[in-house]
Amino acid sequence: HNSPTFLFVYGLNKLSSESGTDLFGYVGIEAVLDQMRSKTMKAGFEFNIMVVGQSGLGKSTLVNTLFKSKVSRKSCTPNYEEKISKTVKLHTVSHVIEEKGVKMKLTVIDTPGFGDQINNENCWEPILKYVNEQYEKYLREELHVNRKRRIPDSRVHCCIYFLPATGHRLRPIDVEFLKRLGKIVSIVPIIAKADTLTIEERQEFKERIRQDLAANGIHVYPQKEYDEDPEERILNDRIRESIPFAVVGTDKEHQVNGNKVLGRKTKWGIIEVENVAHCEFANLRDLLIRSHLQDLKDVTHNIHYETYRVRRLNESNMDFSELGLSTWLLENGTADKWESESHL
Amino acid sequence: GFLKRVQTGDKGVRPLSLAGHVGFDSLPDQLVNKSICQGFCFNILCIGETGIGKSTLMDTLFNTNFENFESSHFEPQVKLRAQTYDLQESNVRLRLTVVNTVGFGDQMNKQESYQPVVDYIDRQFESYLQEELKIKRSLHNYHDSRVHACLYFISPSGHSLKSLDLVTMKKLDSKVNIIPVIAKADTISKSELHKFKIKIMSELVSNGVQIYQFPLDDETVAKVNTTMNGHLPFAVVGSTEEVSVGNKMVKARQYPWGVVQVENENHCDFVKLREMLICVNMEDLREQTHTRHYELYRRCKLEEMGFKDTGPESKPVSLQQTYEAKRQEFLVELQKREDEMRQMFVQRVKEKESELKEAERELQSRFEQLKRLHADEKAALEEKKRLLDEDQSSFSKRRAAAQLLQAQSLTANGKKDKDRKK
Repeated sequence: HNSPTFLFVYGLNKLSSESGTDLFGYVGIEAVLDQMRSKTMKAGFEFNIMVVGQSGLGKSTLVNTLFKSKVSRKSCTPNYEEKISKTVKLHTVSHVIEEKGVKMKLTVIDTPGFGDQINNENCWEPILKYVNEQYEKYLREELHVNRKRRIPDSRVHCCIYFLPATGHRLRPIDVEFLKRLGKIVSIVPIIAKADTLTIEERQEFKERIRQDLAANGIHVYPQKEYDEDPEERILNDRIRESIPFAVVGTDKEHQVNGNKVLGRKTKWGIIEVENVAHCEFANLRDLLIRSHLQDLKDVTHNIHYETYRVRRLNESNMDFSELGLSTWLLENGTADKWESESHL
Repeated sequence: GFLKRVQTGDKGVRPLSLAGHVGFDSLPDQLVNKSICQGFCFNILCIGETGIGKSTLMDTLFNTNFENFESSHFEPQVKLRAQTYDLQESNVRLRLTVVNTVGFGDQMNKQESYQPVVDYIDRQFESYLQEELKIKRSLHNYHDSRVHACLYFISPSGHSLKSLDLVTMKKLDSKVNIIPVIAKADTISKSELHKFKIKIMSELVSNGVQIYQFPLDDETVAKVNTTMNGHLPFAVVGSTEEVSVGNKMVKARQYPWGVVQVENENHCDFVKLREMLICVNMEDLREQTHTRHYELYRRCKLEEMGFKDTGPESKPVSLQQTYEAKRQEFLVELQKREDEMRQMFVQRVKEKESELKEAERELQSRFEQLKRLHADEKAALEEKKRLLDEDQSSFSKRRAAAQLLQAQSLTANGKKDKDRKK
């Protein structure tokens, strides 16, 4: 912190190289990084994750495995009435979790009933509605005259879409959902309960899914258009080449080679969830939490939310610049201008 | 924020313990890395009389020679000059804008001296607000020019604040973070300085001037900030010249009676200022500017334009409704203006028309007059002609008669002759 560092000056108004570049000495600008770090630690983070998929695909288990805690209560088999009910009802639960001083308010949005009915037409509607409602809520807060210091963020930062491990292709319900929701929220598709696929079957399945996604013009996270620099592009290209991640989830621990590991015990062996040779859970966790969590939030805020906002403001014909300019005109007396034009 | 609510038992948000390492503790790092890629903006406004040492202090703070112009003392009005620089320290890129007042305190009448400063600050807020209200906006990439810190340079008179200082700071304290500094502090003795500082702070308090308080809510910095708050205003000395002291070269000012070392805390508060302004509180200064000063500006501006959050009977009003109402109001106003203009136009046309008619009538009467004159002249001429004709005809008659007579007499003579010959 106190070691002298070099300070380079690049004047925007093109200083000659003689002035400025030769002075070295400590200023302390890089301390701003620590300031920022402690500010965000104090304020805490919010993260909202939605899980979509038919029941029985292990949504709750996966979320619990990801966050190593009982975030979601596993739903028991729905009874007859629930099975016949015709709608997808979204279910939200929030928790505060802390790790090494970093506090996070985690909200998990579950979508029981999706894809479970006999007739699944339009089952994405309630989900679409929910996502847009959160954008609307944020927009309204943002447009208030008296705003909160920190606008509560309930927008969906990430939607994990569970594909059953059929080994074939995307089903019509998958295509419909991904096409529609892919435009308004960052979707991370995964192959659920992937322990029924061999490695070769898994690779082929993934390849076919990627083809289907491309053929239908579906862009999942991380979207190519939002890569900000070549470094990011390289990193994200590698991710794009391996999605959808084939995952297995569990909350049970077993002993393997003297270590306690998270795994599913079967008669033919123990599937180690965090072993990348067995499944891609660790890749998913790293993407979602350890490397791209902030990016997911940024993409939601800077891109999806802005897109929604543009559409809403255009719909309501709200062009503030029109009002702003006109107020200025009224205040600054365009009367003079008009008078001069009426001299005949 | 939400953490407070959790602690007081907010329903629906339960704390949960983790059975292992999840990995979101890397979040602050993820955030910081993104900020590093984007770079930071920091904008400092320096207010002070000409020659008080604003540019020198900036150069000393940032260890560089910014482009400096020596200003004259004869500026008719206070102006502001802003210069932007890209600086880098290790992997942190900073876009620094330094705004200096030019000619502050030089005029005979300083009543309006604060106005250009207030206008400048407001313009930057306005610019941000315009961007924020745009339909297609780009706040992510916006070059934030709002003033984050205002260094107010107090003259080292040793007595008290000038009335210009009080008036200016009062006008600015709700718009910007003010950090008062005593300039050229090497001209005051230590004991005088102590008394001076106390006098200044009490004058600020008694006049209700809100200066920037170094924040105390974060335990990591509360202690150092509390101490620093007690040293305000910082007595600073600036210098980019280096003098050899002991076996080192240090930034200093050399006098015949000694060397004032800029970075020696016994000599002046420069190090404290640098510590507070940059190393400890730069982020807080930026945040206060955005969440307090800018929000106040925005709120006032929107209210001025007629926007409210609640309508009559305190029912919440959507922005759309207010916008529609405002727009109707505006259209009505526009229509009124248009009608006024049209009326004025019509009025002008009428006036012009009657002017023209008048001119036409005049012209017409002149024409008539001329016509009459002409007719009279014509009649007179005709009369003359007639007389002339008469004359002529009577002359012709007489001539004809004369000729006849002559011819007759000739013939008579001829006959007589003829008769004689026979």
